[in-house]
Amino acid sequence: MDIANRRLADLRIALVGVPNCGKTALFNRLTGSRQKVANYPGVTVERKEGHFRDRAGRRYDVLDLPGAYSLSPTTLDEAITRDLVLGRIAGEEPPDVIVCVADATHMPLSLRLVLEVQKLGHPMVVALNRSDLARKRGFRLDVAKLAAALGVPVIETVAIAPGGADALIAGLAPFAPRDRMIEAAASGNGATCDLAPDRETTEHTQQVVPRILAEAGYREPLRTRAAARADAILMHPVAGMLVLGAVLFLVFQAVFSWAEWPMDLIEAGVGALGGWVSGVLPDGALQSLLVDGVIAGLGSVIVFLPQILILFFFILVLEDSGYLPRAAYLLDRLMGNVGLSGRAFIPLLSSFACAIPGIMAARTIPSMRDRIATIMIAPLMTCSARLPVYALLIAAFIPSRPIGPFNLRGLVLFALYAAGVLAALAVAWVMKRFLTKRTYHPLMLELPDYQWPDLRSLAIGLGERVRIFLTRVGGIILSLMIVLWFLASYPAPPPGATGPAIEYSFAGMLGRTLHVVFEPIGFNWQIAVALVPGLAAREVAVSALGTVYAMSATDAALEKALLPVIASTWSVATGLSLLAWYIFAPQCLSTLAVVKRETRSWRYPLIMAGYLFALAYLASFVTYRVALALTP
Amino acid sequence: MSAAVTALSVPLSSLRRGARAVVQKVVADTPLIDDVLRSTVGQRLVELGFVCGVEIEVVESMWPVGDPLAVRVRGSTFALRQREAAAVMVVPAGATA
Repeated sequence: MDIANRRLADLRIALVGVPNCGKTALFNRLTGSRQKVANYPGVTVERKEGHFRDRAGRRYDVLDLPGAYSLSPTTLDEAITRDLVLGRIAGEEPPDVIVCVADATHMPLSLRLVLEVQKLGHPMVVALNRSDLARKRGFRLDVAKLAAALGVPVIETVAIAPGGADALIAGLAPFAPRDRMIEAAASGNGATCDLAPDRETTEHTQQVVPRILAEAGYREPLRTRAAARADAILMHPVAGMLVLGAVLFLVFQAVFSWAEWPMDLIEAGVGALGGWVSGVLPDGALQSLLVDGVIAGLGSVIVFLPQILILFFFILVLEDSGYLPRAAYLLDRLMGNVGLSGRAFIPLLSSFACAIPGIMAARTIPSMRDRIATIMIAPLMTCSARLPVYALLIAAFIPSRPIGPFNLRGLVLFALYAAGVLAALAVAWVMKRFLTKRTYHPLMLELPDYQWPDLRSLAIGLGERVRIFLTRVGGIILSLMIVLWFLASYPAPPPGATGPAIEYSFAGMLGRTLHVVFEPIGFNWQIAVALVPGLAAREVAVSALGTVYAMSATDAALEKALLPVIASTWSVATGLSLLAWYIFAPQCLSTLAVVKRETRSWRYPLIMAGYLFALAYLASFVTYRVALALTP
Repeated sequence: MSAAVTALSVPLSSLRRGARAVVQKVVADTPLIDDVLRSTVGQRLVELGFVCGVEIEVVESMWPVGDPLAVRVRGSTFALRQREAAAVMVVPAGATA
């Protein structure tokens, strides 16, 4: 326990609030980039902690709890929030002060939670967020009267404006840390008794809400005409679907076209670095390791950073703006046909960035069965790690030809993503039809007000993604590249050998063994070798190919770039077959590990690996044979 | 609430886009949301604001049968499927006139 290590004056606060109340923006405002994201022990609910100091230098540790409508939870996230404020989680000290974030634009919903939290009897402050926005829409509320009616301080905050949390920080200053000694002695006196509120209690609180609001002279903010008009289009059964299709299409076009020049820039930089190192270092093992292993390997992955950033940028903007739940609304019926909840849309969309956060986001689906169905198909959403592979193969085998306002390459990319989605729907349907019993699970999804994405939160979110990506590149991918370089370099070819060195190495032997399995679907032994490190991270397949080919190059000119090499040595059928393979791409160990952790059993990760491998092999086989028949 | 009003109440699921109504009650027998947490659809509907006397409006409705519906209640909007909406009994605006 770190209680003893902390100076007594430090204050531990927890942010509690209904979903979409601006709680995370407030957390970002308070803590800036001084945040740490981890998991609660034993469960996979994200634990976000940060800290800040006030003008007097006092330190505040801030815990951002998952959004909850109530203390009678319907999801794991809500259960964590309840257990934490009740001090029921082992190893987690209960907060000194609960900051209950109330959304001025959704006062009745927020106030009900405030009343429920207040009943716990912990020291608390109400942060009245977004009141600036609410006032513009006719909101009226006497903050002093509300504070008097509640008997706790109410402080206005504007989470998205600089200095918007200063009043809150000042309001926290008078609070002292709870005396844990006294509390420990007094625990069990009923203050934190089990109080999952029943229906009757809830109905009662709901009668108190309008009374308190009336006392404080509350006037509800009006729904803006712009929001009503936007909903009429975006949620329209036909127009809304068209817009959704257009949005997704735009995202994929952007990923491909906007990223072009920064990618060229990175590529040129990596090439120049490799050339410089070759020039400075003498020929030999070290030069080969650095140039062929490290620089060629890492360079071929880092080059995809711009595309990954653009994809995450769009996902974060769509999430922040309030559009995603509307998309879930539109798709609920459609997804219900294959046995999924509309709620599954958000985890599945995140899976386009990476299946891991997607699978973890499935926690917000209340029913375990719906959750498992979503988890099982999440890897079929084309994750950003597959983008490097697609990008390389498309650039090598698909001509850049304008088709109407679009580019053929963009269209092929879109088709690959679409193929993944269709496969996911088919798999979900099969699971619904043959594997699981259907029970009923509700949607009950809030459609939050539209808002402009908060640039600060956007920047923090993107920064976090870049950090994760670069850590991966620096950690797993770098070590794999070095291992692969070793396997590809040793044992050295016997004297008088004529072929490239790699053919005599461990990697060459491994590749030839695996080749037997992959030959029917058109993969050569270089691809077979590259698929092995791709187990740890899909995008490594590309750097592995880079290393394998760099090592097999017999003349120096071939070392330059992977793209022209595969374009000239692979058949189109092989290229298309590998593309088809990557729609399913069964070989991502981290995804399987997360599935194991999330479902707490080996059953689902094993089923997942099995069905993905079977589908990948089948799809590649069909693609290869058809392409062979069609191409000369 | 008098018996006459009760007779006029209909399930929220039967309302069309643009309809306004006043909530009468959430029916007692609603499905469980989570087997472990023992939470029910009815409890959550009450928490979201579907309580007696509150005005609601169906702001959007999906084709073909209003599944899901987007319902505005106390300044917040929620997407409800037919089955959840069926648990909320409402008196449509004008029904008592």
